[in-house]
Amino acid sequence: MKKLLLLGDEAIAQAALDAGLSGMYAYPGTPSTEIMEYIQSSKDASDRNIHRGWSANEKTAIEAALGMSYAGKRAMVAMKHVGLNVAADGFINSAMTGVNGGLIVVSADDPSMHSSQNEQDSRFYGKFALVPCFEPSNQQEAYEMIFDAFEASEKYKLPVLFRITTRLAHSRASVQLKEVLPEKKLQLPADLFQFVLLPSIARKKYNALLSSYESLRYENIISKYNSFKDGRKRDIGIIACGIAYNYLMENIDSSIDDFPVLKISAYPFPKDLIKDITDRCNEVLILEEGAPLVEEALRGILDNGIKIYGRLDGTVPRDGELNPAIVAKALGLPVIYGEEVPSLVKMRPPSFCKGCGHADMFNSLIEAVKSYGPGRVFSDIGCYTLAALPPYNAINSCVDMGASVTMAVGAADAGLLPSVAVIGDSTFTHSGMTGLLDAVVKNSSVTIIISDNSTAGMTGGQQSQATGRIEQICEGIGVSREHLKTIIPLRKNHEENIRIMKEEFEYRGVSVIIASRECIQTATKRKRSEASN
Amino acid sequence: MKNDIILSGVGGQGILSIAATIGLAAVANNLFLKQSEVHGMSQRGGDVQSHLRLSDKPVYSDLIPYGRANLIISVEPMESLRYLPWLSKNGWLVTNSTPFINIPDYPPIDEIIKEIKKIKNHIIIDADTIAKEAGSARSGNIVILGAASPFIDMSFVSLENAIRKLFGRKGEAIVEANLKALKAGRDCSGE
Repeated sequence: MKKLLLLGDEAIAQAALDAGLSGMYAYPGTPSTEIMEYIQSSKDASDRNIHRGWSANEKTAIEAALGMSYAGKRAMVAMKHVGLNVAADGFINSAMTGVNGGLIVVSADDPSMHSSQNEQDSRFYGKFALVPCFEPSNQQEAYEMIFDAFEASEKYKLPVLFRITTRLAHSRASVQLKEVLPEKKLQLPADLFQFVLLPSIARKKYNALLSSYESLRYENIISKYNSFKDGRKRDIGIIACGIAYNYLMENIDSSIDDFPVLKISAYPFPKDLIKDITDRCNEVLILEEGAPLVEEALRGILDNGIKIYGRLDGTVPRDGELNPAIVAKALGLPVIYGEEVPSLVKMRPPSFCKGCGHADMFNSLIEAVKSYGPGRVFSDIGCYTLAALPPYNAINSCVDMGASVTMAVGAADAGLLPSVAVIGDSTFTHSGMTGLLDAVVKNSSVTIIISDNSTAGMTGGQQSQATGRIEQICEGIGVSREHLKTIIPLRKNHEENIRIMKEEFEYRGVSVIIASRECIQTATKRKRSEASN
Repeated sequence: MKNDIILSGVGGQGILSIAATIGLAAVANNLFLKQSEVHGMSQRGGDVQSHLRLSDKPVYSDLIPYGRANLIISVEPMESLRYLPWLSKNGWLVTNSTPFINIPDYPPIDEIIKEIKKIKNHIIIDADTIAKEAGSARSGNIVILGAASPFIDMSFVSLENAIRKLFGRKGEAIVEANLKALKAGRDCSGE
């Protein structure tokens, strides 16, 4: 069979295609974006006409995927960790309804916050929803697991959580492909009330869900990814979860016969294998990428069992991603550094691209808001968040998708005037529209600047659901025509744009200013592809 | 055989094309490979790096341990210094001399060059000028790869083949320009 050099994200996408996927749903978010992008650029996906369009947000994505599963076909949905918060309602309740066609929910965590506002460990969501959770350690394993994840999903009629982290998502390795499975046929669920969570039905389903969770521990399709290998040592054994196993092997490859090692890559984790290692060894070191999920379970509140080392006692740092050095130190092995970084090397934070429309918009906004004093600009998630850095220092919040609008509303409620929100076009249709409706209904004194570059820029220029629709959406929500302005953020319009902003800051009601100019990156890409066609 | 290579530069400078070239060559040579990349926020003009690991045995960690890299390939001089803690004692540092200045406190370039010259094994070349002279101003990254090629345990021919495969879709002219850039870089390495 064919071998391909694939990112972890791409291995997951290729596996889903090969395992008979019929629908892929996602909202872009680092480090998960490349899963959908791979399927969108796949010839196979286009020949088979697999659904592969972006969704407005992670919640609509997971619900559409659940709809495809209802219709009997295999569906996958992918998001970054914070996207799973947005999708949580659909996710938790999909465990209650169960699935018909196999459903995989990929959540890509970003420990160390390379491109995120927090660290979350999605494995907790798996336990919370009482569904199986897979955590591959490498690209090949990720590829193979997808087949089993679909099978487990259909066998147990449950959605399956598939948790990866940044390093696996964005690391390439050779992957051996398997035989392609056919897609499932359209087929309604046997019980047409399966997806009706009326309390009387939901109570029964919840009891079934509770009892199925324990049986998952000993299900071979899941537990085959957990394995115990004994070693000579009896003083210490090691439990390594997901990608942590790679960092462990990097350090002990040559002395592998010494260490008893339990590798965990699927949850709920196996009690018998845990007992295997704790019965043999006096002490256990637990290595997990993310939060101490297994470690907390093993310690319990009393922590009066076997001696445990991990993230909770400082053997491994409590936050941040793992690396070979952290694991070496935890094992008591020496770490030999190269030369130090010379002191003249300066930080090079990301910045606006040359010719970025957001930058021109902020230059005008900074002038327009100056006379009111600092602390009035609420912003959001996207490239424009870079305006928090010097020389702009222009925004005062970045919390979650859509929070700029609603925080501005709350601050205006408190009497902070003017109260300004800056949100991107894709973020606006993701989660800003509902906040705008709140503002319109109570006629808040807010000015909402939608910095419209007609793309999801930060994640690399994916299609934005907002493109060509923002004005209509705002009007439909009820923003008055007189206070719905469109400006072009260019240097030559600087004075005019300041004037418009100032005017709207003085209006005691909802204003929306759409600052519209195509992203310089996507514009360049578009022109290049037009020229070559 | 084991090569641990750090690629460094600034977002948008083309380090992923260097990584892809070496990656394709490694696959053709039946080597095990892991290549970790930076996507997302840093690509907007921030510092970016890629860890590239080739071996005839399976590679576990996606990240290179400190002090183990045989080679740093950098398309930007200050960025080449950011990864010194990863460079092994006998490792090579191959870097472009042309600075990419997008921060207000960028240090004087002669001081950066002085620091690079303190590294025992180093090659500093003006890749942008060499690329221009080779007739392909945008192939500075491939020039650097050419200069670093003697320190990668794969034949030069396999790198050339990888260039053909990687750029093949873009037409023969682009392929030829990059092959010329690769050779021009190789000629600067003194090997």
